[in-house]
Amino acid sequence: MVKVLKPGLYSSVQDLGRMGYQEFGVPYSGAMDQYAVKIANMLLGNHESAAVIEMTMTGPLLQFECETLICISGANMNPKLNKENIPNNKAVAVKHGDVLSFGKLQSGFRSYLGVLGGFKTEKVLDSRSMYVPITRASILKKNDVLFSENTTFNHLSKHSHIKVDESYLASEILEVFKGPEFDKLTKTEQKALLETKFKISKDNNRMAYQLEEPFENKLEPIITSAVMPGTVQLTPSGKLIVLMRDCQTTGGYPRVLQLSDSALNVLAQKFTGQSVRFKNLL
Amino acid sequence: MKFKLTYKPYGQHGVLVEWPASIDEETLHDVLCFKSKLNSDASQNIIEVRSAYHSLLIIYCQFKNGFDDEVSRLKSIYTSKEKSKKLKSTLWHIPVCYDAQFGVDLESISKAKKLSEAEIVNLHSQTIYTVYFIGFLPGFLYLGGLDERLATPRKATPRLQIEKGSVSIGGNQTGVYPSASPGGWNIIGNSPINFFDIKNESPCFATAGDHIKFYPIDLKEHQNIKTLVDAGVFPIEREVIDG
Repeated sequence: MVKVLKPGLYSSVQDLGRMGYQEFGVPYSGAMDQYAVKIANMLLGNHESAAVIEMTMTGPLLQFECETLICISGANMNPKLNKENIPNNKAVAVKHGDVLSFGKLQSGFRSYLGVLGGFKTEKVLDSRSMYVPITRASILKKNDVLFSENTTFNHLSKHSHIKVDESYLASEILEVFKGPEFDKLTKTEQKALLETKFKISKDNNRMAYQLEEPFENKLEPIITSAVMPGTVQLTPSGKLIVLMRDCQTTGGYPRVLQLSDSALNVLAQKFTGQSVRFKNLL
Repeated sequence: MKFKLTYKPYGQHGVLVEWPASIDEETLHDVLCFKSKLNSDASQNIIEVRSAYHSLLIIYCQFKNGFDDEVSRLKSIYTSKEKSKKLKSTLWHIPVCYDAQFGVDLESISKAKKLSEAEIVNLHSQTIYTVYFIGFLPGFLYLGGLDERLATPRKATPRLQIEKGSVSIGGNQTGVYPSASPGGWNIIGNSPINFFDIKNESPCFATAGDHIKFYPIDLKEHQNIKTLVDAGVFPIEREVIDG
């Protein structure tokens, strides 16, 4: 069991998302940076979709009431086990009573804590990803208790080691494909969209990231149609909205671009005021 | 087939099929026929098929032989005549309490439309609506067929909290909020029915192509039905109709 002593800024349980219920209007949800989750789970020998804790900017304070292995990946939040620094991307053994804390954000924005076997929290519609009203809570709260397996593990530091490419944490480039309505933009607009540097506005969360600079356009709204994480919508007033994991399943704004799977992970590690630009893959 | 469809890539794993831009039953029927052919298609590669007014989104694990090959395969499935079996659809009878306690916008609509509240209830509950698709919120049915006389613009400022079950009108659409949510539609009543329930194998009872008819109930009946719904023992009255 893992007890939440302090929840941090915005911490939630996530796996790789809720597939197959979109025709009922259910968002995918799931970890914002799925690359980091897969790394953490791989280093623990878990299934890649085992549930982890997603931590945003400021990490939680957690106490372990079991023996297990943990692994942290994604943003570097200066993790400490009983006040001793521990590295990201490495399986670390913890004992009953150990306290995991986080310090100052060093790189990226979202960090992931995996545990041997994954967190065994409430599973709804085949996923443990928190999303209200599908699950009861959307974030961890003080005194929450998360179940996990108790496995005595004599972990040696020489164990599993891989070199993780963390360059995406600092990357400003979002690889994109044309969205369904890209061709409705004029040639000049298409060029501008792919050449402009955009700033991340303060309206950024698990549902969507809005970009700061207005992008003038004369596109008509579309008949409501499917959208998905990574879809870049353009509103009549010129707002560019990049949909993220908790986005709705349908929308009525033109879909001008679509982020690649890895670009979604890059954007998930960005915060207010940082810059990004799109790079067309086709 | 009389529709000219377009096929576009949508992201790394998706094909978006679009019908000519129009919201009508004929288009919907054709979209759903294609969807049903795809659902019975043996291709293990397809993980999801989602329909909307005039489009289908097909998500794959990965394209076996590339996008172009998959599009030719889809085209031949679309034009194939094989057993274009009649689509079954269900008509669901949904109780709604139009009492002023719930229908907080009835009065303003009544004034704006010069219709009595009874006339509004009558017009709203005599129509058979078509479920075009589900979106916006888990279990939010996009219903077509609202009587033009009831079309009311969305509120300039959305409400921060609309109660679960609120029956509402937004523009020329009507719908029921399946859970509490912010929203800009005009509220005319409340239904005690759960439109989304994770306890059920299929979390929504209705599906695209089904039909909905509302019937008025009073406050007492609303309370009684709600008790039965909460206990999981309220059977929604339904009729199966052939498409």
